[in-house]
Amino acid sequence: MIDTVQHAIDDTDHPQPYAELGLKLDEYERIRAILGRRPTSSELAMYSVMWSEHCSYKSSKVHLRQFGEKAPKTDALLVGIGENAGVVDIGDGWAVTFKVESHNHPSYVEPYQGAATGVGGIVRDIISMGARPLAVMDPLRFGPLDAPDTKRVLPGIVAGVGGYGNCLGLPNIGGEVVFDDTYLGNPLVNALCVGSMRHEDIHLASAKGVGNLVVLYGARTGGDGIGGVSVLASETFDADGPAKRPSVQVGDPFMEKLLIEATLEVLHAGLVEGIQDLGGAGISCATSELASNGEGGMHVWLDRVLLRDETLSPEEILMSESQERMCAIVTPENLDAFLQMCRKWDVEAVVIGEVNDSGRLTVDWHGERIVDVPPRTVAHEGPVYERPYHRPSWQDALQADTPDSLPRPADGEQLRATLLNMVGAPNLASKSWVTSQYDRYVLGNTVLAQPEDSGMVRVDEETGRGIAISTDCNGRFAKLDPYAGAQLALAESYRNVVAGGAIPLAVTNCLNFGSPEDPEVMWQFAEATRGLADGCLQLGIPVTGGNVSFYNQTGDTAILPTPVVGVLGVIDDVDRRTPMAWGPDGELIYLLGDSRDEFAGSEWAHHVHGHLGGLPPQVDLERERLLGEILVAGSRDGMLTAAHDVSDGGVAQTLVEMALKSGVGARCWVPDGVEPFVFLFGESAGRAVVVVPRSEELRFTEMCAARQLPAHRIGVVDSGLGADAGYDAGEQVLQFSDQFTVTLAELRQAHEATLPAVLQT
Amino acid sequence: MRIGVVTFPGTLDDQDAARAVTIAGGEPVALWHGDDDLKGVDAVVLPGGFSYGDYLRCGAISRFAPVMSSLIPAAEGGLPVLGICNGFQVLCESHLLPGALTRNDSLHFICRDQRLRIERTDTMWTGDFTDGQEIVVPLKNGEGCYVADERTLDEIEGEGRVIARYLEVNPNGSRRDIAGISNARGNVVGLMPHPEHAVEALTGPSVDGLGFFTSVLTSLVGTR
Repeated sequence: MIDTVQHAIDDTDHPQPYAELGLKLDEYERIRAILGRRPTSSELAMYSVMWSEHCSYKSSKVHLRQFGEKAPKTDALLVGIGENAGVVDIGDGWAVTFKVESHNHPSYVEPYQGAATGVGGIVRDIISMGARPLAVMDPLRFGPLDAPDTKRVLPGIVAGVGGYGNCLGLPNIGGEVVFDDTYLGNPLVNALCVGSMRHEDIHLASAKGVGNLVVLYGARTGGDGIGGVSVLASETFDADGPAKRPSVQVGDPFMEKLLIEATLEVLHAGLVEGIQDLGGAGISCATSELASNGEGGMHVWLDRVLLRDETLSPEEILMSESQERMCAIVTPENLDAFLQMCRKWDVEAVVIGEVNDSGRLTVDWHGERIVDVPPRTVAHEGPVYERPYHRPSWQDALQADTPDSLPRPADGEQLRATLLNMVGAPNLASKSWVTSQYDRYVLGNTVLAQPEDSGMVRVDEETGRGIAISTDCNGRFAKLDPYAGAQLALAESYRNVVAGGAIPLAVTNCLNFGSPEDPEVMWQFAEATRGLADGCLQLGIPVTGGNVSFYNQTGDTAILPTPVVGVLGVIDDVDRRTPMAWGPDGELIYLLGDSRDEFAGSEWAHHVHGHLGGLPPQVDLERERLLGEILVAGSRDGMLTAAHDVSDGGVAQTLVEMALKSGVGARCWVPDGVEPFVFLFGESAGRAVVVVPRSEELRFTEMCAARQLPAHRIGVVDSGLGADAGYDAGEQVLQFSDQFTVTLAELRQAHEATLPAVLQT
Repeated sequence: MRIGVVTFPGTLDDQDAARAVTIAGGEPVALWHGDDDLKGVDAVVLPGGFSYGDYLRCGAISRFAPVMSSLIPAAEGGLPVLGICNGFQVLCESHLLPGALTRNDSLHFICRDQRLRIERTDTMWTGDFTDGQEIVVPLKNGEGCYVADERTLDEIEGEGRVIARYLEVNPNGSRRDIAGISNARGNVVGLMPHPEHAVEALTGPSVDGLGFFTSVLTSLVGTR
């Protein structure tokens, strides 16, 4: 029997399963107060999904406000936080929109489909702003590489990311693959998409114009993903819980490709007044948000929704998270043209509702009223929690447990062994087993892609204007000090963008944390958010949007706090990009910045000693900004052949990656006053290695001196070192004077063997 | 010279193929799967992608598109046609080329810069290369393993219809390292790697791919 509004009025004490739908008692009572009666079962379904943590940001909202309050003044932001994705002006009339979202829990339950639909969802966010998607990136985190469950989860997730993105025709240009014990049982799958449009093509999600029609188009609505939002994203996995597989959605990238083309065609033809993608919370979310952002009223005939399964109940239709669906607001005059363009792309479309000024969202099912609510209370006025938080009881002890007493390699031979061990560590090893499953070439505009510092794509083929993006986070630093850790993530991402020669413009984030109901986790979140907001203000780049993922824990064990930060930069002409591979013999290798004895949270402490403690590397955002200005100037004025950020694994890792990418050896030395081990493996922030042709050396070093950026000459590219070092004459080697020599072949073997050895079956 | 580039639902590399035609000095003409009008083009590229989502079998549904009803007889009549990746699969499904493309032996999608050797320079799409020339172009496929029965393989080898072979690494298990083949007449060529992604130094591993597009222009103007 259908639970109508009239029925809810008549039978007001009917018991309802609010708890099973993830609502707390006080939340349920608030719904009753808003409506002045009990909700119908359809209304309860809508509120439960829209008030879930995933959709309502109820635990994070009070902290996220800082991103707006502390936003630096900038003219670059065309659309700010709150829309599907922020929009940034990159010049010449071009705008770019980008966003990253999590799909962590679905990807653990069903790795392939969880990851695939994560890509699909973020791509729809970008097209619903009116942008053509340009590229995707995927920051991924897993348990230990050799853990049995990693072998189940990782190949499926990678295949899902690739299977969906490749079939959609979007180049995958970067991301991360990180391993840590705390992600075992709770892998992180974050998905980023970036798109571009002309300024005049920006579209927003609002239902304006009384009498305009609500058109649902794309895939049919089915039973997949029902309750996915509330059940999957907002509850901690319980070891003894029932299998949750049916809650994960199933993706169809072919349909998404058609949806992209059809959507861009109707947008460019001017046939759309407002548009919204359907993701988490499906039709409930789209209709309530569109109505809430527009005239405030909407009526929906829910029985008109095209179904894959005719037996679905209205509650299920409202909650279904079937993929590849969009909702557009279209004037009656434009409807025929809209439907015709959909037909051209074999996309089904149907009018399911109408915009009105009633101030209510009403839904009928075969002539009976089943929903009658103020849409703002569903979409925007959900509960807001001031969750209690406090500094963890163990934080002081963790910070006091410094890595200073860990045994360090003492001579050249031990340094050499440490280097070969480190370059093969799962976190530092080549990720090509993963990235070779992604198409990085499609669309023909990819200028830089992994393993480069940032992904860079050309936006305008005439002028060469382009953008660069990087995502980063060292969760170990964030665990040691969440405030500094978030700023270090920002600093690294910023540095990766400037290393390619692009000027940073804006920030997105994906804040992955444990349960907000744990005050110690909530403290990590509050500190990281505060650190990131302060850091963005200092660097002068605003946060344009982002995503929060809570409840990333299994039982009592939370993941490392993982505030993934994405920085977007612009470059006038991608021809001037700085790659990471160095050039021919004789070019000079410089280290920019200061090297300190900083090993807390480092990859060396983690991989060699399994140690995590102390205070993370010092953060100096002014230094990061100065380094950025030098790297951008070096790119613009043609002073640099190559540049590469120094981060995980230290200068040693940076030099090895540059050498392997170019295939040419180098002679390097340790600058005066620095201990060789600290120089090679320390992880001080604010540093980059650059390669300068001899003809540019004076100009470059004078620029650094004038701007007071420390620049140390640490080596020279040299392909002829083999014979002197006791190898064949042609053998390429990396030589550290007075310390050790290692061949690129040995380094490559160590660097590239790790992932295939475990994952190749 | 006007070179048609076909878009099926799910085609992905059509823009790239059109760009390659432009850089080579030709004029790209968009052809739509649902329209059997070839618009009087001088040659046709079937670009890469996942037409119809690769559902049923790669290329199996596209082969029945209205545009193919014109293209198949035109190709049999000598119209130059280059099928890249999914386009190669469509050509095999259309029986314009022998054999089939099946799942990579690794069972993974693979994207890599692939070294090839050009085996034949007397087709309409390879004339600008030199015999035995080694080139590097991107390869990206999930179902690029070229298979045919031994008799067919011997036959195409015997007739010199293998136009390119994988060097160093056979990335997908293709029989006899075959990366591309032609029909007997040399006007229809299928190639698994993607020359349209190697036409600009900025975005490709080389500009070696351009040779396929300049070749057809050269052969069309008859200066060869």
